[in-house]
Amino acid sequence: MLFTSYNFIAFLIVIFLLYYLVPKKFQWVLLLAGSYFFYACAGIHFLAYIFATTVTTWWAAKRMTAIQQEQAAYLKVHKAELDREQKKAYKAGMKKRTRHWMLACLLFNLGILAVIKYTDFMISNINSIFHTGFTFMNFALPMGISFYTFQSMGYLIDVYRAKYPCQDSLPKFALFVSFFPQLVQGPISRYDALSQTLYEEHSLDWNNIRFGLQRILWGFFKKLLVADRLVVAVKALVGSPEEYTGAYVVLAVFFYAIQLYADFTGGIDITIGIAEVFGIRVTENFIRPYFSKNINEYWTRWHITMGTWFKDYIFYPISVCGWMLKLSKWSREKLGKEAGKRVPVYLANIVVWFTTGLWHGASWNFIVWGMLNCVVTLVSYELEPLYARFHEKVPAASGRWYDGFQAIRTFWIMGFIRILDCYRDVPLTFHQVGTVFTTGNWGSMFTGISALGLGAADYGVILFGAVMMFLVSLKGRSGSVRKQLAEKSVPVQVIVWFLLFFSILILGAYGVGYDSNQFIYNQF
Amino acid sequence: MEALLEILKELHPEVDFETCDTLIDDKILDSFDIVTIISEINTEYDVAIPAEEIIPENFNSAEALYDLIERLQDED
Repeated sequence: MLFTSYNFIAFLIVIFLLYYLVPKKFQWVLLLAGSYFFYACAGIHFLAYIFATTVTTWWAAKRMTAIQQEQAAYLKVHKAELDREQKKAYKAGMKKRTRHWMLACLLFNLGILAVIKYTDFMISNINSIFHTGFTFMNFALPMGISFYTFQSMGYLIDVYRAKYPCQDSLPKFALFVSFFPQLVQGPISRYDALSQTLYEEHSLDWNNIRFGLQRILWGFFKKLLVADRLVVAVKALVGSPEEYTGAYVVLAVFFYAIQLYADFTGGIDITIGIAEVFGIRVTENFIRPYFSKNINEYWTRWHITMGTWFKDYIFYPISVCGWMLKLSKWSREKLGKEAGKRVPVYLANIVVWFTTGLWHGASWNFIVWGMLNCVVTLVSYELEPLYARFHEKVPAASGRWYDGFQAIRTFWIMGFIRILDCYRDVPLTFHQVGTVFTTGNWGSMFTGISALGLGAADYGVILFGAVMMFLVSLKGRSGSVRKQLAEKSVPVQVIVWFLLFFSILILGAYGVGYDSNQFIYNQF
Repeated sequence: MEALLEILKELHPEVDFETCDTLIDDKILDSFDIVTIISEINTEYDVAIPAEEIIPENFNSAEALYDLIERLQDED
């Protein structure tokens, strides 16, 4: 059930009506039933996967909390009798027991993800390296597996770290894993944040409904007016690489940047809006990413929940683990202070970007995408002192125009890296990007743009949508746009509502040639 | 505390670490800084700060960070 399908809208209306009709203590139960129904619509057999992850994670977390409580109770009773070393040894033993549960559960669930998602990728690499002919397994990828697995593993590690106790109720935990608005493309929520409102009893609140519906409409606007139109041109540009070289590659980079933004942020707007209608608060996943002045800032504004997941559960644990600290110490002694300082940062960064690439998809395109992000991140890190000196010497290089220059530079760097999503393979992508510097077809681009499957009216709608997205982003810098709108007079609010609603209805990409497209991040 | 202030000053000479208590909230320290600080602390104080202790409350000020070091030394 696509978010933009009539079936989904009908499903949403039914759930919404029931949610505020059933006794409040059953609201979360209704959401659980709705989430499992939503998941079953993608394929009833997929329920086995999400259920396996739910049960194993819930059980392992319960065991870990039980061990932690046992430890606290034991130390309370025997505090006086134990000396420091005995306490330390006892704690270490208990930690080891919790670690066994955590690792077993982690291996089981990441194992499922690895087998389902990466087996064919491995087979394809083995076949091409060793000239073998192993047949592909063609496992069907359960909907949202990367998202719900990472969300569950985040919870597991948090319980292991005793950040919070486990959720005792299996059905309640099942809702956390399967909450339908965020199941297919995130955000990757944290249990301590989402659980605050997920299980609460909610009364019908006009503000929640109004704000939620506005957010949903804004998501539909981005998806149907901009993303689902631009996809036609992007597909044409990358589908005929021999024909569309040079300037057309720049055009593909530009169009895909806007398409992906409209598609992914639009999907997240719908997710957050739906949750808001139910009175549930889901973490924001984007904060005006295309206004970022450098790649580090970009990754704190784009797909935020994924970035913080990798930072908290991979980057930090690797960079501060025992062997890394030893390696860092050794490097300081052997290679000098500066090099030693860089060892943990570099190594952890490489692992994080490799796994981030792999998380996005089982293909070399995504791995290279990850490694290019890693290179740019580390180069920016190394260039920081140089930039600082530059700004000292050229104080005029500051202010709005310089911020704008930096944002445009970041937009294009990220755009060219991101185009790896689109082309068939890595060599072709590099070849196509290379033609930007060798093919002087800038003049023909302005005539060729009309042959990409979109007419002048389509480009007009896209331009209108893109300008609106830009203006709303600008407005968002001074706080919530919806709150700003709520402070306006009622006629102004009504006009904005109608304009938004009717532009989706009239200008949305429907009909022949515009079958509503899957959200790009659904495939991850 | 002196040694810790030196480590921090070396990373960001422009910051007054004795008074600033929003090092994370105001994004003065990023993840690379934090890893560098932890690695330097390990060398200087022989204390390993585990990943679960990397939370804003422990890194928002030099004082909070020093309290963390003392607590971990105590646990050792």
